[in-house]
Amino acid sequence: MSNAYLNISEVTIDFPTENGYYRALEKVSLGIDKGEFVSLIGHSGCGKSTVLNIVAGMHQATSGGILLEEKEVNEPGPDRAVVFQNHSLLPWLTAYQNVELAVDTVFKQTKSKSEIEDWINHNLELVHMSHAKDKLPSEISGGMKQRVGIARALSMEPKILLMDEPFGALDALTRAHLQDSVMEIHAELGNTVIMITHDVDEAVLLSDRIVMMTNGPAASIGNILKIDLERPRNRLELADNEKFNHYRAEVLKFLHERHVKKDAA
Amino acid sequence: MIMGIFKRCFVSKQSLLQADEKNTMLKFATSKVLYSKQTKAFIIPAIAFLLFLAFWHVSASSIITSLGQVPGPSQVWSQTIVLVNEHFQEREKAEKFYQRQVERNAKKLEKNSDAKVKIRNYTGNPTFIDQIGTSLITVLTGFFVASLIAIPIGIFCGLSSTAHKAMNPLIQIFKPVSPLAWLPIVTIIVSAVYTSDDPMFEKSFVTSAITVTLCCIWPTIINTTLGVSSIDQDLKNVSRVLRLSWMTNITKIVLPSSVPMIFAGLRLSLGIGWMVLIAAEMLAQNPGLGKFVWDEFQNGSSNSLARIMVAVFVIGFIGFMLDQIMLLLQRKVSWDKTAEIR
Repeated sequence: MSNAYLNISEVTIDFPTENGYYRALEKVSLGIDKGEFVSLIGHSGCGKSTVLNIVAGMHQATSGGILLEEKEVNEPGPDRAVVFQNHSLLPWLTAYQNVELAVDTVFKQTKSKSEIEDWINHNLELVHMSHAKDKLPSEISGGMKQRVGIARALSMEPKILLMDEPFGALDALTRAHLQDSVMEIHAELGNTVIMITHDVDEAVLLSDRIVMMTNGPAASIGNILKIDLERPRNRLELADNEKFNHYRAEVLKFLHERHVKKDAA
Repeated sequence: MIMGIFKRCFVSKQSLLQADEKNTMLKFATSKVLYSKQTKAFIIPAIAFLLFLAFWHVSASSIITSLGQVPGPSQVWSQTIVLVNEHFQEREKAEKFYQRQVERNAKKLEKNSDAKVKIRNYTGNPTFIDQIGTSLITVLTGFFVASLIAIPIGIFCGLSSTAHKAMNPLIQIFKPVSPLAWLPIVTIIVSAVYTSDDPMFEKSFVTSAITVTLCCIWPTIINTTLGVSSIDQDLKNVSRVLRLSWMTNITKIVLPSSVPMIFAGLRLSLGIGWMVLIAAEMLAQNPGLGKFVWDEFQNGSSNSLARIMVAVFVIGFIGFMLDQIMLLLQRKVSWDKTAEIR
């Protein structure tokens, strides 16, 4: 595990509050291989986002640390691109310009002007947004905004792609479309992905492994479920698949048990 | 059977009639809506203004001052025309004055080609319209300098809470200071520091402009600070993930997202600046609208009150126009075209 691509080792984090420190995470350890798709699932407030933020470099772990390709992570950077929950596009820039901002900062030294232009268009193509590249975020739908957000993250050629409930704010149909897009892109580019989700189906459908987290305070990893389903996966075929339903039930059971315990406490 | 068809025909005709009636009623209703919109937009303000004029007319005629009766709307209007005419007469005089000099110089040169010729400046009094010009230039200079100082300070305070803590007491203390308190200090410092044999600007102009600056930097600083410090955390995170350079962060994220607040501050500042300017000009004797009011007050002719009232309306109207211009600019630079700006 110590030689994993991304190595989260014994990460503990305390947040200062008015009544002393609040321990959000306690000794979270996880190794992720290159090209792996890992989902973090758990109840609200269990510290899923905190894990992601520490990997992104937004928060600093109180103890323990993160190694990406054997190098320590302690500040944000474009090698760990984030797809934010509410797209976070700059509202005064068009879809193209939003991606351009990222590409310009990351590849200014290494790519020529025309290469940069091609690269932006290529990434918008990947998420099927070429037709709306000159539109402002306020002129496109929520799903399209999230597509542009994904294009922006992909365009940085990150070592690891961090997605914080990327489809949480979307309607079911749009969400399904985007999930399919993400699966396509993952199959094509082989990115390493960490995704936070509330949605059990989404986790089982997309992931190689599902990391189930216990409830906070002092949340940690409760269980890890390996999803051994062949890719490419098709949501309609999987609906009747015994294995798929078994995995689904497993995750649900975990979440439900935690929930009951929380109520009893 | 025949009766049945006939009946049906009748019924359908009736329903047609009804539909027609409904249509006309609908038309009537829409025209009513349009009518009420126009009423609200134009007729109601017009009525309010007429009522104001009537009230003014009646109440003015009942007050007698040392300068005679308080002028009503009609006297003020006639003075407006007098002031405009005075301007054109003065212009004509100036033109003739220069023409005479040119002719005289030409004659001199004819006699003796080595003769020294000079064109003297016309030294007539500035007219009311000249004074409006001076006031506008002064206020815009003061406002422009204030914006150049205030926006960077505001950005700095918005980005760094330490800077904000350091600046805040100063801002809070200086913000409520009246221009009349600044003016003596500014006057004395300007006359001590701004010494040159051939000054580019009049001293009185510099004094007034600096006083305007001192009074109108505060709203812009405060609003810019607020705008910059309330940038969406997600956008800040985008900037961090991309590791944007300091300058790119300012131009791509900080400035665009705080433009609405910066403009809110600038509009307040310009409004304050315009108010301050009139007071400053009165005391600094900068040849502007303030000086015009002061001179008329000192003059004390029977027309003075009416002429001051003309100035009041002009000051108000220019203030309104300045605000409208800022509003237009704000719409132009703001990225959110859907937001209602008033």
